[in-house]
Amino acid sequence: MHPANDVWQHLLDTVLAEYLFNSAVLMLGVAIGTLVIGVGCAWLTSLCVFPGKKLFAWALLLPLAFPTYIIAYTYTGMFDFAGPVQTWIREASGWGAGDYLFPEIRSLGGAVTMFSLVLYPYVYLLARAAFLEQSVCVLEVSRTLGCSVWSSFYRVALPLARPAIVAGLSLALMETLADYGAVAYFGLGVFTTGIFRTWFGLGDSVAAAKLAAILLLFVFTLIAVERWSRKRAQYHHATYRYRSLPQYRLRGFRALAAFCACFLPLLLGFLLPAWQLARWALETYSYMIDASFLQLTLNSLRLASSAALLAVALALFLAYGKRLLRSKTVTASIRVVATGYAVPGTVVAVGVIIPFAWFDNSIDGLMRAQFGFSSGLLLSGSLFAVMFAYMVRFLAVSIQAVESGLLNIKPSMDDAARSLSYPPSRILLRVHLPLMKGTVLTALLIVFVDVMKELPATLILRPFNFNTLAVRAFELASDERLADSSTAALTIVAAGLLPVILLSYSISASRAGS
Amino acid sequence: MTSQLVVENLDAGYDDLQVLSRINFSLMPGQIGCMLGPSGCGKTTVLRVIAGFEPVWQGRILIDSVEVSSQHVFLPPERRKIGMVFQDFALFPHLKVDDNVRFGLTGMSSREQQVRVQEMLAIVGMPAYAQAFPHQLSGGQQQRVALARALAPRPRLLLLDEPFSNMDAELREQLAREVRSILKQENSTAILVTHDQHEAFAMADEICVMNEGSIWQQGSGYDLYHQPANRFVADFIGQGVIVPATVESATSVRTDLGVIEGDTRIADPPGTMVDVLIRPDDVVHDDESDDSAVVVEKAFRGADFLYYLRMDSGIEVMCLAPSHHNHKINERIGIRLNVDHLVTFSRN
Repeated sequence: MHPANDVWQHLLDTVLAEYLFNSAVLMLGVAIGTLVIGVGCAWLTSLCVFPGKKLFAWALLLPLAFPTYIIAYTYTGMFDFAGPVQTWIREASGWGAGDYLFPEIRSLGGAVTMFSLVLYPYVYLLARAAFLEQSVCVLEVSRTLGCSVWSSFYRVALPLARPAIVAGLSLALMETLADYGAVAYFGLGVFTTGIFRTWFGLGDSVAAAKLAAILLLFVFTLIAVERWSRKRAQYHHATYRYRSLPQYRLRGFRALAAFCACFLPLLLGFLLPAWQLARWALETYSYMIDASFLQLTLNSLRLASSAALLAVALALFLAYGKRLLRSKTVTASIRVVATGYAVPGTVVAVGVIIPFAWFDNSIDGLMRAQFGFSSGLLLSGSLFAVMFAYMVRFLAVSIQAVESGLLNIKPSMDDAARSLSYPPSRILLRVHLPLMKGTVLTALLIVFVDVMKELPATLILRPFNFNTLAVRAFELASDERLADSSTAALTIVAAGLLPVILLSYSISASRAGS
Repeated sequence: MTSQLVVENLDAGYDDLQVLSRINFSLMPGQIGCMLGPSGCGKTTVLRVIAGFEPVWQGRILIDSVEVSSQHVFLPPERRKIGMVFQDFALFPHLKVDDNVRFGLTGMSSREQQVRVQEMLAIVGMPAYAQAFPHQLSGGQQQRVALARALAPRPRLLLLDEPFSNMDAELREQLAREVRSILKQENSTAILVTHDQHEAFAMADEICVMNEGSIWQQGSGYDLYHQPANRFVADFIGQGVIVPATVESATSVRTDLGVIEGDTRIADPPGTMVDVLIRPDDVVHDDESDDSAVVVEKAFRGADFLYYLRMDSGIEVMCLAPSHHNHKINERIGIRLNVDHLVTFSRN
């Protein structure tokens, strides 16, 4: 019997049910968590007036800067037995170990909490945009038809925003499914950790690929849901008359409650973990920042900036090709390419390593047979493989930005430049690029930060002895050297703040009434 | 002298949809042509095919005696040495006015560029705005800059795609006349695309009336108005009504308003029923006349009144009368025919 079948049968018998159960609970929990926090805060900051509202409008995005694995082990460090919280409880009460009940962070419930705390901004962002875009007429009509302020929210505003909320939710759930670092650190059996274990623990690439395929089924369902709801969101706005929205002025107890409701996610999702990381970093930076740390930073920066440049260059090539050729094949293939953003890094890594290894082995075999020497590994275990995986994963981000940038440039601009004797390549340089400088820079920045944060694909595909900040932070944390990992983690979070600031800026610059 | 532009038996379309069939026309150097027609008639497609933005299916296009488009030849737009002015002007928003005009001036020294830019801005009357950005200009000003930009490289042919459609009605004809004088000054060969006949009359030497992808008549504005070749052109250009008539002789017909003499031969034999085009200026208000009609409707137009009249036979005609002749609705007024150009259409 083929050994691969053994492993697969073994997985079926033992862990597959656990993976399915854990993934389902995780998704359900994160869905509820992100919906409550995201929609609630979006509604408060877009339709109510209370102290701090303007600050919260953008600050609520800050948790987005935290990769899931970093917030997971930061909280573990804070709340485990030796951490500051439990130590304080014991000192304050005089209890000893085992005298009190304290929830275990490294659990399924803990993971749900962690994911909800850093992923709710996806729901928040889209829900808020939907609330703000709703034509004021619709809301006013519902008032004239006898709906109260509250029932017009439930009966009109919420249903109108539902497609946007569902789109945000599916993004958050995609991130949940894609996560490897946090669940691995918590020791939870889900698909991503299972793929990793099957590959490296059991050495079975076929079984790992099968697990990856099942995971992809979940992902494709989410993509379908997301696309479907985005489409519906487009048709949902019948009128385009905008005016500043009616705002409900909250006072006294209600204002305080609104303030707390918005402050809590910000505190737990950003301020607290950032403060903890900063404390650790202060303790450890003197010996952590050395030549090897600088090397790590340099590796990360180089990798991220070349991936960003490559992704934007490819996106320009593809999107401009689509604009020039107007062909259905090009449009369809760009859509396929842009599906990569939803594919978990672990799956991408498996998908890259199998064909690359086959290619290397074939070339090697050919070389040995024909010329009597071994060419060794050409692609697998090289930075090329890492970069390839990044493109699969992040090209969608740059394509989306570049395409929307190009769409904003009227076709008559192209025609005008061509009638003035400019060939397409020079039009791109002289007309399109200057006009979409902003979008291109945004695309560069977002891909840059995504690569800085990326963990599983880098972990699997990186060349021997090649480390990045993310990999190092994860390794140190896994070795229970939480404080030592904080410098790297803090650097990643700081980089992650850049696109968040950019997003916040565009939010505050958007429309009046916000 | 050879033609600057020749369009020969042109068929074209998008994907599977044929838009143009058998388009033929030509322009002499310095001549201004116009494609005039209702929306969807294919006039803009003619322009885009000449510019090289769309391929031809059949036929060919020659610019300056060089074949630029046919089934076998396709010169891309950037190599055709044409200029184009767009409906939305398409000024580059990131460039100042002078840089927009300079954009197409390649292959000359920056000194020469500078001179040409200033010359063009002077011609269009915008030298004071060289340092402005397009969004700081009004529609009419953007229009002038777009024209200067298109003309600066001395194109062999200038294409204007509904260039006045974004202007208000008053500005349109004035700008059309201005643009015409600029084009004549630069001795440019140009084609204008429009759905507005007054624009066409104000600008063009030669007008092609298009409908359903073909040219239905070609000629000067005067000819199109007074000698329409078919019912579509008669209806599309100017106002008027079609009234029944009987052919009397080879050059005359009898209507309810009397006999009309023309100077062209009528194809139908005497005794047959035909239709005759009566323009509002063919019907003269005359209190002395034996014929009369009842005012059904009237439109005050400043210098004159346009009356809609019903004759006793039930036939309705229009009449243009000086505006001091103010008659009430349902009032009976005397009219008489004064037709310079007899236009008849066979009934079959």
